[in-house]
Amino acid sequence: MEQIITCINCPMGCRMTVNMSPDGKVLSVSGNTCPRGEKYAVQECTLPVRMITAVIPAEGSAVPLSVKTSRPVPKALIRQVMDILGSIRITLPVCAGQVIVPDILQTGSDIIATRDLP
Amino acid sequence: MSDRQVDILIIGAGPAGLAAAIAARESGVGSVLILERENEPGGILRQCIHNGFGLHRFQEELTGPEYAARDIARVRDLGIPVECGTTVLTLSPDRVATCVSPANGFQTIRAKAVILAMGCRERPRGALCTPGTRCAGIYSAGTAQRFVNLEGWMPGRRVVILGSGDIGLIMARRMTLQGAKVLACVEIMPYSSGLNRNIVQCLEDYGIPLYLSHTVTNIRGRERLEGVTVSRVDERRNPVSGTEIEFDCDTLLLSCGLIPENELSLGAGVKLSGATSGAVVDDSLETSVPGIFACGNVLHVHDLVDHVSAESFRAGRAAADFVRSGKQEDSLIEVADGDGVRGTVPQLIRKNTDGDVSLMFRPSAVFRNSTAVVECGGQTVCSRKALVFTPGEMATVVLKKDVIRTLSGNRITVRIERN
Repeated sequence: MEQIITCINCPMGCRMTVNMSPDGKVLSVSGNTCPRGEKYAVQECTLPVRMITAVIPAEGSAVPLSVKTSRPVPKALIRQVMDILGSIRITLPVCAGQVIVPDILQTGSDIIATRDLP
Repeated sequence: MSDRQVDILIIGAGPAGLAAAIAARESGVGSVLILERENEPGGILRQCIHNGFGLHRFQEELTGPEYAARDIARVRDLGIPVECGTTVLTLSPDRVATCVSPANGFQTIRAKAVILAMGCRERPRGALCTPGTRCAGIYSAGTAQRFVNLEGWMPGRRVVILGSGDIGLIMARRMTLQGAKVLACVEIMPYSSGLNRNIVQCLEDYGIPLYLSHTVTNIRGRERLEGVTVSRVDERRNPVSGTEIEFDCDTLLLSCGLIPENELSLGAGVKLSGATSGAVVDDSLETSVPGIFACGNVLHVHDLVDHVSAESFRAGRAAADFVRSGKQEDSLIEVADGDGVRGTVPQLIRKNTDGDVSLMFRPSAVFRNSTAVVECGGQTVCSRKALVFTPGEMATVVLKKDVIRTLSGNRITVRIERN
């Protein structure tokens, strides 16, 4: 099985062809110009991950709280993470770096505040 | 009416103004004052809640608010005042600014040096000459970003995005994550000026189609936007009849380029460049008006805030030198744009400059396997090869100070040639 993906590491944007075995293992990568491309292709075809950033409404504040995942989470979980963030209400004050949701969806990633909201 | 005197006045507390202030104070200047129109410092970074800022400067991927917080903390530690809610009305060539704020009313501020750090503005609908009705629901992408990220409300539910610059791409993802349906991203050029990373992670991840060589050719709706027509364009960017696609949408976001915000600069008599829409500066970031410096997006639109900070540190140090020693006369070398190059900054280099000079410019097209060449009198004085130069990414060639000293002419040209 072949998958075509675009490398995101630099402006070259190499179009890479990834050859996969039926059980989802990467057999070969071609079309990349550098080793970073191959590494990205393997990650992207086995377990693609993304950082998620969002805002959460804060009680008594006109400005919502901006948050991020402390590390990338599996791409397949983005919608579920957003659903959880959509149901949360924050009470003030909040400091940048504060954990808002620990270990979200058992990913090992925390949702943390990216700004102070006094 | 109060009349104040400062050593260095900085207009704008975004990343450029903050970095310039830090550098000026660290260079030993006594009184530095930052004026900011918004109610908080941080500039546009405040609404850029996504990550990816600071890779060059901090070797970390920060969000916009996190990046800004570092400079804000440093400004506070250095005791530099930031007066928020203050709009500068005028700036004169002899460095007298007038401003207003709810806290202090109308003020006149005299400065020994001024640093322009007002940033840029988005190209509005009026400048795009898009036909159709004047209904509600049409926003610039940055305005929508502000609504969603700072004010906590959604501008609409069914969205078309015109322009594939990074802000448009980021907003495609943002609106989708907040529950809107983004129907299409439409780009008039045959390529996107956005980063590959954003095309993959903001469009492809969510199945949002990117229509290259297409543009919006009609806007429908009486009170509120009801739909747009998108057409393919030919090589000369003229719409091709018969290629129309109709989208039913309540929101159109425009991400069609940024323009340095130079009304104050013009009032001060600062000479602007047609290529960048920012000031013409020498390698110390001094404009055509002595003692007035410019840095960040008001000078030329950057892709990376890291570059804005680096440039603004230099402007802050140069303004501090000016306050200490006054203007140092020097013979100037003119920098011209050659083939494939647009908007090289700085436009002038002082012959006896005290450091290497980074020439920053935007490639006018996509060049693969090419070399950026700096020429003087028909001779190559410096060059840099790259696998690709693209208009979406600012390119840099560093001219060594020793090379500058030995230049025989008073004009150099930067161009890109294919290998």
